[in-house]
Amino acid sequence: MFNTKTFLLLFICCGISLSKLYAQIDSGLLKRTTTDSVKNKMNMDAVYDRPLLAADKIPIAIGGYMEANWQHLGEDGISEGHQFQFRRFTMFMSSTIGKRIKFMSELEFEDGTREINIEFAAVDFEFNPLLNLRGGIILNPIGAFNQNHDGPKWEFTDRPISATQMLPATWSTPGFGLYGKHYNKDWMFGYEAYISSGFDGSIIDNEQSRTYLGATKENIDRFEESPNGAPLYTTKLAIKNNKIGELGISYMGGIYSEYQDDGLDLDDKRSVNVFALDFNTTIRRFNTFITGEWAWVNVDVPQTYTQQYGQKQQGGFIDVVQPVLRGKLLGWENASLNLACRLEYVDWNKGKFKETGDNIGDDTKSIMGSISFRPNTQTVLRLNYRHQRTRDYIANPPVLLGGFNFGLSTYF
Amino acid sequence: MKKTNLALFAIMSLILLGQACDKFEPSEPAEEDLLDGPMEDLTYEENQRFLDGDRTFNDEVFTIEKGLGPLFVTNSCVSCHAGDGKGHIFGSLIRFGQSDETGNKFLHLGGPQLQTRAIPGYQPEVLPPGAPYAVFTPPAVTGLGLLEFVPDSYLLTTADPEDKDGDGISGRVNWIDVPDFVQPRLGSISQNGRYIGRFGKKASVYDLLQQTVDALAQDIGIASVYNPIDVYSGLEIDPEIATEKVNNLAFYLQTLKAPLPRNQDDDEVIAGKALFTQINCSSCHTPTLKTGDAPIAALANKEFHPYTDLLLHDMGPELDDGYTEGTAKSNEWRTAPLWGLGLSPDSQGGRYFLMHDGRAKSIEQAIEMHGGEAANSRDKYQKLAKEDKNKLLKFLKSL
Ligand code: HEC
Ligand code: HEC
Repeated sequence: MFNTKTFLLLFICCGISLSKLYAQIDSGLLKRTTTDSVKNKMNMDAVYDRPLLAADKIPIAIGGYMEANWQHLGEDGISEGHQFQFRRFTMFMSSTIGKRIKFMSELEFEDGTREINIEFAAVDFEFNPLLNLRGGIILNPIGAFNQNHDGPKWEFTDRPISATQMLPATWSTPGFGLYGKHYNKDWMFGYEAYISSGFDGSIIDNEQSRTYLGATKENIDRFEESPNGAPLYTTKLAIKNNKIGELGISYMGGIYSEYQDDGLDLDDKRSVNVFALDFNTTIRRFNTFITGEWAWVNVDVPQTYTQQYGQKQQGGFIDVVQPVLRGKLLGWENASLNLACRLEYVDWNKGKFKETGDNIGDDTKSIMGSISFRPNTQTVLRLNYRHQRTRDYIANPPVLLGGFNFGLSTYF
Repeated sequence: MKKTNLALFAIMSLILLGQACDKFEPSEPAEEDLLDGPMEDLTYEENQRFLDGDRTFNDEVFTIEKGLGPLFVTNSCVSCHAGDGKGHIFGSLIRFGQSDETGNKFLHLGGPQLQTRAIPGYQPEVLPPGAPYAVFTPPAVTGLGLLEFVPDSYLLTTADPEDKDGDGISGRVNWIDVPDFVQPRLGSISQNGRYIGRFGKKASVYDLLQQTVDALAQDIGIASVYNPIDVYSGLEIDPEIATEKVNNLAFYLQTLKAPLPRNQDDDEVIAGKALFTQINCSSCHTPTLKTGDAPIAALANKEFHPYTDLLLHDMGPELDDGYTEGTAKSNEWRTAPLWGLGLSPDSQGGRYFLMHDGRAKSIEQAIEMHGGEAANSRDKYQKLAKEDKNKLLKFLKSL
C-alpha cells in the first residue's frame, strides 16, 4: 500500500543518498537547471518552472523552497505579540524517466511538521506538444495561484485569502488529465482538462461556519477514496501574448454531496461549481508587474439547511509589484528592490437573509503593502504591512486586523 | 563598509519596528463599548472557567460530526448572540403549543420549540396547524449572573399581582416546573413544587444552567448529560458535549460583566434619566437591583443597574401573541432589561430589533408599542416635548 509515510521515507532516503553522492563528487558536476526565459512560460508551466539541482549520471533532480517569517499582528487591540513562524519547507524531485516521460513531485511540510502533504506527484507523457497525459496527484488548475504558489515568487508572506481559502490552494487531488500548448510568434495558447477526486460534504459543514471548499483538505482519506464516487472536472484555457500578458479562464465542478453509501441512495446530488479568471502582465515601460485573479463559487446548499453556509461566494486579489532598484545591489549582481501592494476581497456569503431581505455579511477586505529585496531571482526578503476588515455574517461592525510581517523565502 | 552600514541600518530599523509595532495595530474599542469580558474580582480558577466558557460560547461551531441537529436553528451560541449582545432576526426562535396555564398541548408534535433548519437529508419542522406560538429574538446575555442571584424573596415583595398600590402596574412572578437536573438556589421559594422563573422573555427558565442546557438541545440539537434526549428522535443518546463544557458555559454567562453605561455626565443624559423616572418607565424598568448570597464571591451582595424588575407585566393586546409558558398569561412579558440597549446595533447588524420578536425597529417604536400596564407611561411619553423625547432617547442609548 502506498501511503504518505512510506513515500516520505523513500523521499528522505533519496535525499540523503543524493547528498552523499554530492559530497563525493566535484560540485562542478552539479548543474542548476536554469529555467527557460519567461517568454515561453505560462502559469500552467509553473510546476516545472522551478530551479532544480541535477548531478550528472543521476537521473533525479532535486530542489525545493522554504519560507520563514516573523509577524506582529493585532486584532481589535489584542496583539498576538511576536510570532516566529516556519510556514513551509517544500521539496521537489523531478526526473526524466524516458523519452518524453517525466516525473515531478512536491512534498510539503507546513508549520514545522504539523502538516505533511504531497502537493504534487505526477507523471507526464508527451505525445505531442498539444497533447500530454498527466496522472498522479495533480494541482487542479483553478485560477492561477493554485499551480503557481511557490513562496519565493511572491512579494507577500501571506498567500492571497481568496486563492487559499475560498479556492482552496493548494488544492491537489489524485487524478488524470490532458494538457497542451500551442505557440504562434508572440501568441501562446494552452489548455488543461482533468478529472480527479472531488469535494465532500464538509464544504458546507465545518468549523469555519461558512461554505469553505478548503474543508475537504482535512479529509486525509481523499487520496484513497472519493467520498461519493463522483469525479471533479477541472478545465482551464489560457492565452498569452508576450507583449500584452496572460489571461486564464478556468472552471472546476462536480458533485460534493455524499448522496450514496453502500449502494443506498441517501441524499440529493448537489453540485459545486467554481469559475475563475486570472491574468498577469508586465507594463514594459515601468517594469511594473501586475497579477490577479477573481473567482466565483456556487454551491448547491439545501434550502432547509442554514444560510450561514452560503450558496455563492466571490472574491479575488490583485498584486502590483514595482521594481525600484535593479542591478548590482549590496554586492549581488542581479538584485532588485521592489515595492508592492495587494488588494484583496472575499464575500464568503453573497446573498440576502430570507427573514429580512438584508444582505448577508461575512466578508473580508484587506490591503497590504510590501518592500521586498531580491538578491537574486530565487530568493526574497520581504516586509509586509496588512490592514484587514472582516465582518461576521450578520454584518456587524468589522473586526480590524493589522500589523507587520517580515519574512524570507527562497528556492534552494 | 557602505554595505555593512546599510545592512546595520536595516537591522536596526527592524528592531525598532519590532519594539513599536503595537502602535501600527488596530486599537482596542473602548471597554464600555464591548459586552464581552469577565466581571471584576474573579479568582484565578474562576477566570479559567470563564475563558473556557467564552471559547465554547464565542468560538465553538457545532458540525454534524460534533452532533449538530439533525434538527436545529443555528450551529453555535455566537451565531445568535454575536458579541454577547442582542441578536438578529435570523437567530429568532419560534416556540409553540401553549396558550394558558394548563401546559403545552403540542409536545407530541415537536413542541415546545420549532426547529426551523435541518442538516442535509432531513426535513425541518413546520408549525402544526392551529398551534399558538410566539417568536423570540435573542436578547443580550450580559450581566445575567447578577440577575440570577437576586433573591426570590425580593421578587415576591416587589410583585404586586393585585395592584394593591393602585398605580396601574401589577407585576407577577412566573411559577414554573423545573427539570430534575436543576438544583434550586439556597433561599429559593417554591409553591406547589413550582419555582420562580426569571430567564427568557416569558421568565420561564429557572437559572443559567437550565438556559444553557435548553439552548444546546433545542437551538443546536446537542444532547448533554443534563438533557440526553435527542430532540429529533425523542430517544436518549450519548452526550454530544463534555459536561465540563456545559458547566463552564453556564459559569461564563454567570460571570460575564454587566454592560457599562456611557456618557453619564452628559447633561441631556442626566435630564433623560430624570424623565425616565418622571413618566414611570422606572416602575417596571427598575434601575437598581441587589444580589443576595451567591456561591461566586464576585456576585454576592452586589448592587447593579439592569433596568428590569424581572417580573411579568400585562403589555396589552398588541403584544399578546396568544402563546405562553408556565403560569404567565399570553399578554404578559418579563420587563426587558435596558442595560446595554445603546450597543444593540453593534450586534444586530447595524440596526435595532426590539421587543420580544424584534418587531420594533427603533427605541421610539418600542416605547410606542407599550400597552396594558405600560399604557399610562407610554401616554406620558407621547405627551413629552420633542426635546424631552430626545433626552430620554439619549439616556436610553447611554445604557
Ligand atoms: C438560534 C439562536 C440561538 C442560539 C443558537 C442560542 N440562543 Fe440563546 N437565546 C436565543 C433566543 C431567541 C433567546 C430568547 C429566548 C426567550 O426569551 O425565551 C435566547 C436566550 C438566551 C438566554 C437568556 C437570556 C435572558 O436574558 O434571559 C441565555 C442565557 C442564552 N440564550 C444562552 C445561550 C447559550 C449558552 C447558547 C449556546 C449553547 C445559546 N444561547 C444559543 C437564541 C439563541
Ligand atoms: C408595565 C411595565 C413597563 C413600563 C411602565 C415600561 N416598560 Fe418598557 N418594557 C416592558 C416590557 C415587559 C418589555 C418587553 C416587551 C416585549 O418583550 O415584547 C419592555 C420593553 C422595552 C423596550 C425594548 C427593550 C428590548 O430589549 O427589546 C424599551 C426600549 C422600553 N421598554 C423602554 C421603556 C420606556 C422608555 C418606558 C417609559 C416610557 C417603559 N419602557 C415603560 C415593560 C414596561
